[in-house]
Amino acid sequence: KTIASSGRGILAIDESNATCGKRLSSIGLDNTEPNRQAYRQLLLTTPGLGEYISGAILFEETLYQSTTDGKKFVDVLHDQKIIPGIKVDKGLVPLPGSNNESWCQGLDGLSSRSAEYYKQGARFAKWRTVVSIPCGPSALAVKEAAWGLARYAAISQDNGLVPIVEPEILLDGDHPIERTLEVAEKVWAEVFYYLAENNVIFEGILLKPSMVTPGAEHKERANPETIAKYTLTMLKRRVPPAVPGIMFLSGGQSEMEATLNLHAMNQSPNPWHVSFSYARALQNTVLKTWQGRPENVEAAQKALLVRAKANSLAQLGKYSAEGESEEAKKGMFVKGYTY
Amino acid sequence: MASASLLKTSPVLDKSEWVKGHTLRQPSTSAVRCQPVAPSGLTVRASSYADELVKTAKAIASPGRGILAMDESNATCGKRLASIGLENTEANRQAYRTLLVSAPGLGQYISGAILFEETLYQTTIDGKKMVDVLVEQNIVPGIKVDKGLVPLAGSNNESWCQGLDGLAPRSAAYYQQGARFAKWRTVVSIPNGPTELAVKEAAWGLARYAAISQDNGLVPIVEPEILLDGDHRIDRTFEVAKKVWAEVFFYLAQNNVMFEGILLKPSMVTPGAECKDRATPQQVANYTLSLLRQRIPPAVPGIMFLSGGQSEVEATLNLNAMNQAPNPWHVSFSYARALQNTCLKKWGGRPENVKDAQEALLIRAKANSLAQLGKYTGEGESEEAKQGMFVKGYVY
Repeated sequence: KTIASSGRGILAIDESNATCGKRLSSIGLDNTEPNRQAYRQLLLTTPGLGEYISGAILFEETLYQSTTDGKKFVDVLHDQKIIPGIKVDKGLVPLPGSNNESWCQGLDGLSSRSAEYYKQGARFAKWRTVVSIPCGPSALAVKEAAWGLARYAAISQDNGLVPIVEPEILLDGDHPIERTLEVAEKVWAEVFYYLAENNVIFEGILLKPSMVTPGAEHKERANPETIAKYTLTMLKRRVPPAVPGIMFLSGGQSEMEATLNLHAMNQSPNPWHVSFSYARALQNTVLKTWQGRPENVEAAQKALLVRAKANSLAQLGKYSAEGESEEAKKGMFVKGYTY
Repeated sequence: MASASLLKTSPVLDKSEWVKGHTLRQPSTSAVRCQPVAPSGLTVRASSYADELVKTAKAIASPGRGILAMDESNATCGKRLASIGLENTEANRQAYRTLLVSAPGLGQYISGAILFEETLYQTTIDGKKMVDVLVEQNIVPGIKVDKGLVPLAGSNNESWCQGLDGLAPRSAAYYQQGARFAKWRTVVSIPNGPTELAVKEAAWGLARYAAISQDNGLVPIVEPEILLDGDHRIDRTFEVAKKVWAEVFFYLAQNNVMFEGILLKPSMVTPGAECKDRATPQQVANYTLSLLRQRIPPAVPGIMFLSGGQSEVEATLNLNAMNQAPNPWHVSFSYARALQNTCLKKWGGRPENVKDAQEALLIRAKANSLAQLGKYTGEGESEEAKQGMFVKGYVY
């Protein structure tokens, strides 16, 4: 409930070291621990971040890291009134018997890992699996994705972590929005069925769906109202009201698109908190503003607050696009993107 | 139909390939494809009735109104008539149903009436079609379409509900006759398990019936009744109800049923009839609302509870308790005995009692209307209304 609080959402900064490396190299920095530390420090010590951000998803390294002054990141977050979360999956690997699709591993030893993360201060977990429309998706891939999520969710709750349930339906493809809706309905029906079978408590989970949009290579783009309509239809058909919060992923949308779409979904009351859990859509301009230079930290933190506030307003259905920068409008879709 | 579109559209299945020494077989790589894309995009099926179904469901799920269930089979109606000393003749059934549907102003509290097949094709004793009387009262006519419960082979003495054979043409004919919603009642027994098999069969049957109904213009009422029989506690009922509804919704989705065009008819979550711990309306409401919140997507417009052996007053009190705060779906009633009991007794089969009997029906209908709005007070309820109607091992 705290994470799903009015006007707030999640800052996803759980990029694996490899992926974080891509971010750093995009601004000319080496992928070293000090650089990763410096970047995460910039983000997490942003003054007043907790007004717009209710939770932050960390990578394992960050959960155990401190600031350059020696303060634990977990404690920094506590002081900011931001709940620390932890990515617990062990990444995507090829799924045998499928049509070149992936499955998400991480169940082995998950119970003891989760208990450790809880001790360290994490209070929610995240597990991201993917579904690919161009590859089918096959019934096998959907079933495996849903089952893995359900098992992870049960183990998380057993160990005190609220599971964020994330089956990302990738943006890749040239399919129309109707096809995305069809697949999303299938995926979420399966997810909820297995969550029920695993006796997961629905009042203690959060969802992280992809919005229902056309594929990235589809000739027609959809406006925010259309995306909101399709996405809300899907949610109303699949998500029981016991689930407290639905925190959308941005998955390649530009910073502004991600905000506009969220805003469109909050034009009238919903039976669940409809909010954001953004990584690139919160960090993109921040990263570019920072460029790895200490003298840019303040400006970069301001940029983070600008995006965080914009999405906070969108969560309340009160966002207006005035004053948005050009940077914010740049799409971030990368074909065949892998974390 | 699904497999035909798979063969046409999925590139994987067009070729026969060797994958690690095994032929690619259709079942193991079946793509997730539901239907050809419908024109409006948001409808799950290309059903020409989609808009009408949504409209009908919303009309039935309108504030302050609920359903009068009067779809007792001839045999069961016979029991009702026998209880007031009447023979089970068509004329008597006609007289009784005439009394019910002609109650003046009934449409203020009743949005739909479920009929048995005989009644759908009957006229009132004045020669007017029952269906027309209902429509004039602003009450949507509905029709029971299942063909009753029979023993389920391989189960623990449990039942399954038959009726799928020929259901499509029957539904189409009922639509022609004026029905706009359907009802199918299956049961789950806690003392008998329930077994996985019984739950699966119940859920699958409901899902198939729902899809066929929508295809033929009828809003399906989805009714898996978890019988009151048993000495189990309310937690056990809750557990079973969660399982049943998870299964029902999974299969509804698999059958591409449009959730905006269905209604549910659940049993409330209560202790078993023979459990020594009774539950207050508040407790029944808490458990039942938890169940609904955990299992029912908000796209479903209405949840119309069955009364299943509760007294008239209990059924009203429990409904009222569930409506003390706004819900994401219309939470209302679809009562048979809990609306008809006192009415039947007042009538006693005598024409001179018709007015009083209709009055009694309106009293109960209004009480439940108020309960739907969360505004019912128990003042002025009669002793008759408080009498429990649980019959152990009750069979329709």
